[in-house]
Amino acid sequence: MTVMSYLGAIGAAQREAMEADERVIIFGEDVEANVYGTMGGKSRADKGDFLQMFGSNRIRNTPISEEVMVGTAAGAAMTGLRPIVDLSYSTFLYMAMDQFVNQVAKSRYMFGGQASLPVVFRSAMFYGLSTAAHHSDRPYPMFMNVPGLKIMAPASPTDAKGLLRTAIDMDDPVMSFEACMLWGMKEEVEDGAFHIPFGVARTVRTGNDVTIVAISSAVPAAVQAASRLEAEGISVEIIDPRTLVPFDWETVLNSVARTGRLVVADPANRTCGAAAEVSAVVAEKAFDSLKAPIMRVTTPDTHIPFSPVLEKPLYPNADTIAEAVRKVTGTSGRA
Amino acid sequence: MTLANDTLLEMQRRMLRIRYFDERASKMVKRGEIPGTVHTSIGQEAQVVGACMALGDGDYMTGNHRSHGHPIGKGAALGPLMAELVGKAWGVCEGKGGSMHLADFKVGSLGESGIVGSSIPIATGAALSSKVLGTGKVSLAFFGDGAANQGCLYEAMNLASVWKLPIVFLCENNQYALSTPAHTVTAGVVAERAHGFGMPGLRVEDGQSVLTVHDAVREAVDRARAGKGPTLVEVLTYRFNEHSEGLRLAVDYRNAAEKEAWLKRDPVKMFRSYLEEQGIADAAMLTAMEAEIMAEVDAAVQFAEESPFPEPSVAFKDIYTEPFGAGQ
Ligand SMILES: Cc1ncc(C[n+]2csc(CCOP(=O)(O)OP(=O)(O)O)c2C)c(N)n1
Ligand SMILES: [Mg+2]
Repeated sequence: MTVMSYLGAIGAAQREAMEADERVIIFGEDVEANVYGTMGGKSRADKGDFLQMFGSNRIRNTPISEEVMVGTAAGAAMTGLRPIVDLSYSTFLYMAMDQFVNQVAKSRYMFGGQASLPVVFRSAMFYGLSTAAHHSDRPYPMFMNVPGLKIMAPASPTDAKGLLRTAIDMDDPVMSFEACMLWGMKEEVEDGAFHIPFGVARTVRTGNDVTIVAISSAVPAAVQAASRLEAEGISVEIIDPRTLVPFDWETVLNSVARTGRLVVADPANRTCGAAAEVSAVVAEKAFDSLKAPIMRVTTPDTHIPFSPVLEKPLYPNADTIAEAVRKVTGTSGRA
Repeated sequence: MTLANDTLLEMQRRMLRIRYFDERASKMVKRGEIPGTVHTSIGQEAQVVGACMALGDGDYMTGNHRSHGHPIGKGAALGPLMAELVGKAWGVCEGKGGSMHLADFKVGSLGESGIVGSSIPIATGAALSSKVLGTGKVSLAFFGDGAANQGCLYEAMNLASVWKLPIVFLCENNQYALSTPAHTVTAGVVAERAHGFGMPGLRVEDGQSVLTVHDAVREAVDRARAGKGPTLVEVLTYRFNEHSEGLRLAVDYRNAAEKEAWLKRDPVKMFRSYLEEQGIADAAMLTAMEAEIMAEVDAAVQFAEESPFPEPSVAFKDIYTEPFGAGQ
């Protein structure tokens, strides 16, 4: 085991995949200088310089042209490469919406299975860091609405490393939504390469009274809330789906069947968010086991304001998650 | 460039395939035998075949909604294309693409796009594969004069030029985007835009001559294969039919004199005369070739008729490489 940060884990997964397979390449803005740190360590020298290790044929700086970056990756993936595209901020994905939806997601389907697209699109959600409305979005629900894309949203260094490696080795297009807030999170990570399958949730802690399905940065917030609630005598189970497409419904439904209560904590916007989908599926499939209405803890339907005073309270945090749990357990106001 | 007689005859054969296939498709749409609509390449055969035959069999190609000509020009079999047009299981895309989204990966056809301009980055990516993996393949992106005003073209041209990718950007300038005359929406000359990206831009004024198109594109393909990077080739041509079959517009946006002048420059007829004049084939041989291609189209229609319809479950197939997603 090695202590590794979330960001270091992302770097390690990419390095190991590049070493294992010549067809894996990385391109994006400023990747040669590792500006966003997402190739590994804090500096080029720290955890190994990808440009020196793999050369300029496989590590490529691109112009600021997201549309062609995404389409080029799709075309390259159809013809033998396994590109990893670093799109830096998730808000920039919108620049390439046509390529994501009409080409990346549809090419295999529309051409009757002739194409496979082994490609990973990485982007970081820079929320909670005073970057305001143009840099802070958490847009994974938009892409959950597009069949053909797989979506991962890791909330720990281990998951980041194992899921990313699976994504790179997989023959379908994957969008990786990484939480900038978690970049510095550290934990002991298994040595060497390993894979974590898509569609298998992680039960972060077990409990009997309430199930919390938590996504991305809401996972550590839910863990914090759970320890507080434990002191209040409420036993919380936390499930991190880890991949939103495919989604491990079985684990969530089994948990709700036991606890009878569900809180979904999701840093995306509320309307048609990931939490909305989780709530709908549980309501459809496990209505009879519910002892209380499902509650969503999400970012409200607003844009992200600049001032930290305005921004900070918007995302799900330990307080808002704990309060939702108290509501569904009928203990609100007792704490 | 001097081409072998076999190559010249193959050019005529492929142009005839496009002509007869599209004439048949047009009839079938009008009779309701093809659902939706089709966009024919009738009148543009020289431009399509001249470009496609400048490529090798292993080279890549992408195209647009005016889609049948591209895979046919690249050598695709007609049966699965026709079966696709009628939405059948033996269709090249199993009935899920239809007329606007044909693809035949066997011949390097990586897919036509119903979104104007959207396949240009895909061709660019295929060129990147060739460069990184060192396969020596060249990529060709077909797009119309309408698509020439999409931003992704310029992102692609810049990237291809700066990375010296083996790609040819081929603008099929049939002078109209649906009803809109190109000169009313397009500043300057498309081919000249290439210079801003540090790449050659050629304009082929006679896009009705398969040899002229072929020579220009061949030069661009050779340049790409030699590692010298991309070229933009703009070919002037004209579609003989309406934008799409069955479309009736209240305004006659193309004037009669212009249409008449272009109709006289029928690429298939022109090349037939050329082959005869040059003594490459006599009239009897060419007539036999026409009958042979007509029989191919008949067989393609029969193949389409004999094909079963797709099973309902096919609607949920190939969303991913592994079966999941349906009904979740
Ligand atoms: C992004 C997008 N915008 C608009 C359309 C509708 N549309 C389909 S074909 C077409 C005209 C395209 O003209 P051009 O690129 O010159 O090709 P041509 O039909 O002349 O071959 C239009 C406007 C579309 N399919 N995609
Ligand atoms: Mg046009």
